[in-house]
Amino acid sequence: MDTVSAAGREGELAAVAAEWARTIAGTSYVPMELPEIEELLFGYAKQLFDVWRSEPFDPDRARPVGAALVDGHFTHPDTLAITLALLSRVLPSHGAAEPGASSRNGAVLGALAAGYASRLQERTFAEQDAIRAAAMTARQEAERAARVSEERFQAVFAGAAIGIGLGDTDGNILDANPALTKLLGYSVEEMRSRNVGEFMHPDDTQEVWALYEQLIRGDRESFRTAKQFLRSDGRGIWTHLTVSLIRNDRGEPEFQIAVIEDVTDLRQLQSQLQYQAHHDMLTGLANRALFQLRLQQLVAKPPAGKRIGVCLLDLDGFKAINDSVGHGIGDQVLVEVASRLDSALTPRGHLVARLGGDEFVVLLEDTTDARDVIAVAEEALAVVAQPVTVAGHPFAVTASAGLVERAAADSTDLIRAADITLYWAKTEGKDRWAIFDPQRSDREVAQYTLARMLPTALAGDEFRLHYQPLFSLLSGAPTGVEALLRWQHPWLGQIMPDRFIGAAEDIGIIVPIGGWVLETACAQAKRWASRFVDPLRVSVNVAMRQLTDPQLIERITRVLDDNDLRPWQLQLELTERAVIGSDREPLAALRALADIGVRIAIDDFGTGYSNMTYLRTLPVSELKLAASFIENLRATGTDLDIDAQIVRSIVSLAHTLGMTVTAEGVETDAQAHTLRELGCDTAQGNYFGAPGPPETIQRLLDDHLAHATMSGRGSSP
Amino acid sequence: MGGPSSRPSWAPAGVDLDRPSAARVYDYYLGGFHNFPADREMAKKAIQMWPELPLMMQANRAFLRRAVRFAVGQGVTQFLDIGSGIPTVGNSHEVARLADPSSKVVYVDVDPVAVAHSRAILAGDASTAVVQADLRDPDRILADASVNRLLDLDQPIAILLVAVLHFVATEDNPLTVIARLRDAVVPGSLLVISHASQDGQPELADSHQRLYARTPTPMTMRSQSEISDLFTGFELVPPGVVPIQQWRQEGRPEDSSDAAGGAKRMVGFAGVGIKGWTR
Repeated sequence: MDTVSAAGREGELAAVAAEWARTIAGTSYVPMELPEIEELLFGYAKQLFDVWRSEPFDPDRARPVGAALVDGHFTHPDTLAITLALLSRVLPSHGAAEPGASSRNGAVLGALAAGYASRLQERTFAEQDAIRAAAMTARQEAERAARVSEERFQAVFAGAAIGIGLGDTDGNILDANPALTKLLGYSVEEMRSRNVGEFMHPDDTQEVWALYEQLIRGDRESFRTAKQFLRSDGRGIWTHLTVSLIRNDRGEPEFQIAVIEDVTDLRQLQSQLQYQAHHDMLTGLANRALFQLRLQQLVAKPPAGKRIGVCLLDLDGFKAINDSVGHGIGDQVLVEVASRLDSALTPRGHLVARLGGDEFVVLLEDTTDARDVIAVAEEALAVVAQPVTVAGHPFAVTASAGLVERAAADSTDLIRAADITLYWAKTEGKDRWAIFDPQRSDREVAQYTLARMLPTALAGDEFRLHYQPLFSLLSGAPTGVEALLRWQHPWLGQIMPDRFIGAAEDIGIIVPIGGWVLETACAQAKRWASRFVDPLRVSVNVAMRQLTDPQLIERITRVLDDNDLRPWQLQLELTERAVIGSDREPLAALRALADIGVRIAIDDFGTGYSNMTYLRTLPVSELKLAASFIENLRATGTDLDIDAQIVRSIVSLAHTLGMTVTAEGVETDAQAHTLRELGCDTAQGNYFGAPGPPETIQRLLDDHLAHATMSGRGSSP
Repeated sequence: MGGPSSRPSWAPAGVDLDRPSAARVYDYYLGGFHNFPADREMAKKAIQMWPELPLMMQANRAFLRRAVRFAVGQGVTQFLDIGSGIPTVGNSHEVARLADPSSKVVYVDVDPVAVAHSRAILAGDASTAVVQADLRDPDRILADASVNRLLDLDQPIAILLVAVLHFVATEDNPLTVIARLRDAVVPGSLLVISHASQDGQPELADSHQRLYARTPTPMTMRSQSEISDLFTGFELVPPGVVPIQQWRQEGRPEDSSDAAGGAKRMVGFAGVGIKGWTR
């Protein structure tokens, strides 16, 4: 083989490979760039030429080239066609002189084609097998997953506590789970013979079935609603129903799934709870919550001009019924009263509610003026006042009513106003109504406000004591002072005790205030001791409430010791009304105080109870005659003067019982003279000296002492 | 078509060999025999309508090869090949391994047969994994155990979405899907997209879309600008989004054996984006 022809042959092969690569480009997908393909095909071309020239000639050796083409992914039939056409053209040009050239061409190309076809067939089979195996694997996997999924679904379906039903779009029920069959009382077979439409309930809203139609048509994917069902036994149940649409592969509605939850018990419980929450269990009337709810609805956004009224009713002395005949009977009385109010007023469109205890309220939802609520109150009081007989006991029951009538827009404090008004009706004598009066309320609110300021006042040292001297009518000398409480308010100025003592008693702060008064007055008495000829006596006003203070005696003993006072130098003044109305406990305290020698005086004597027999049983040392007796005392010796006679009788009685008598409010010399004539022991009043702060009183005492010292004796001014 | 969430994950799709599958039709276009009569029937109809289809598919395949080589050239050797279809000649892992033997590839496809076949072929290959998942459910892909086992998400990853996004309908929010994938990868990661387009051949594209409506994966053609929008959050590498066969063609145009020069009509667009450090 000569090298020149070999080199020429290489060049020729390269040209063949280049043309081959270019012409088959794009017929099959091979992951190679053109130069790589050319290189590959160059090798194949060389092999083919070698086969062509092989001796002995063995064309079958061209078969592997055909197979290699398939392996290189030159799999498209067009690739083979182009290849054979190209090679049949180029092969004969090599050594065309040689004998049998064309037959060799045919044999080589035939073997190439056979090798190609054979390998393509193998590859086809192999890939088909592979994809079928893959499909089978995938299918098995899908079936396994479907089975698992089905099992899961079945477990959910069968085990769910919630009812699940499957139906087609015609409403035929296809399946129902055990929970649903139990819920509706039909077997699965019975369910399957039924249509969804048969579960229509007379109370279903149109909306429910409109939603259902939309779902079946495919206009909606699901809906949720509350719905009633009739069970096979005719019993009604309440459910929460959710219906969902299942579509097929083409997106058309195919199935419906209903999920049904029994909420009957829950609903009953809710309505029961709601009833209980809004009704009084004893009387069946609306309760406070429902009353307040209705009131809030009325006043929330009232139309202009809308007026409402409230009639707040409280039975008079109901506690006495309960205490005397027991709660059982008392409850029956309440039931009877409630029933009367209900039948008299509810038909008129008013809400009658029991607020608690023996307190009822009537709400008038549309009033013209106060007359409407007054009419209701009078009717209510009238029906209550009719005799009640319970368990053979006749009861005379009355009630008091507080009325409020005003624009609904202005109802913020409606209940409080009614409460205040009810209190007025009670204090004005019961068995009556009172209607709200804003001015009166304002005054009372002011008092209430004072009461709220009392603790601050005590802590802030706003209290002062004024003193008024007492003089002996016999000797004319000062015998002591009465301490009088004043409240020096930082911006309201001086407030007299009548404006706040009641409130202080109500809130209990009277005890520490009283303690302060006691200590301050006794300390003052110690400072003034030297200004009196005889040991002075200090009078302090005491509220009954203070007598319930268990430390009172201990405190008084300590205060007396601290100020070098003897017990009889302290006089506690109580009002007649307070002493008479008291329970045993304060009286015991009074006796204990009297036992240690403290003097007890009845203040304002003569203004309260006319029955004087109580005086015998009380440890009283002194009576203080009310100023009203003194006011009318005129000339001495006129036995026709009724007031003088009364005073004389009182003095006489007091002395008989071992008590002294002090006259209050002595304004004139004539009064002082008459009182002395009548045997009265001591006196106080503007004639002797008005109440004043300690420095003023001290001057007065000093003046008196100086005068007495100069004249050598005590003297009246 | 409902989204992937229309069926609970434990309720599987069936395997219906009487319906053509995009993966197997694609295999047929590329001269493979991993297909069934229904696939071939559909492919032949499509080719009748559009004779260049096999060339287009070859162009797509060639783009995949160039893009994978480009990625390895950028130092990215981890690949998440979503919509990988039937493994055929010139698979991503083969191309990548030629360029860098340490390359790792996770194939993802929704077609259970394609996945089963891929698993059969790649059984025992520790550097590859096959996941059956829907591109429209990127969270499921990202949460997959083999994805996390094989790929290091702290290193750049090349996300291959080659000839698959046109199977994601607009109502399935392809931008959201891509954003989710983008947020899961570190800067320096690549997004590789090729996408069928109706640009220049609206009538053909229409009938082609209708043909694919019969498959479980109907087709949504997109315009060049719509395809460019898919790279939101990535910086396009030159030459940008261009006709598939023109993207970083190697050598002279007439040298390509991949039908790049052969396909006279446009077949779609391709591009590669890189996730920047500034985002």
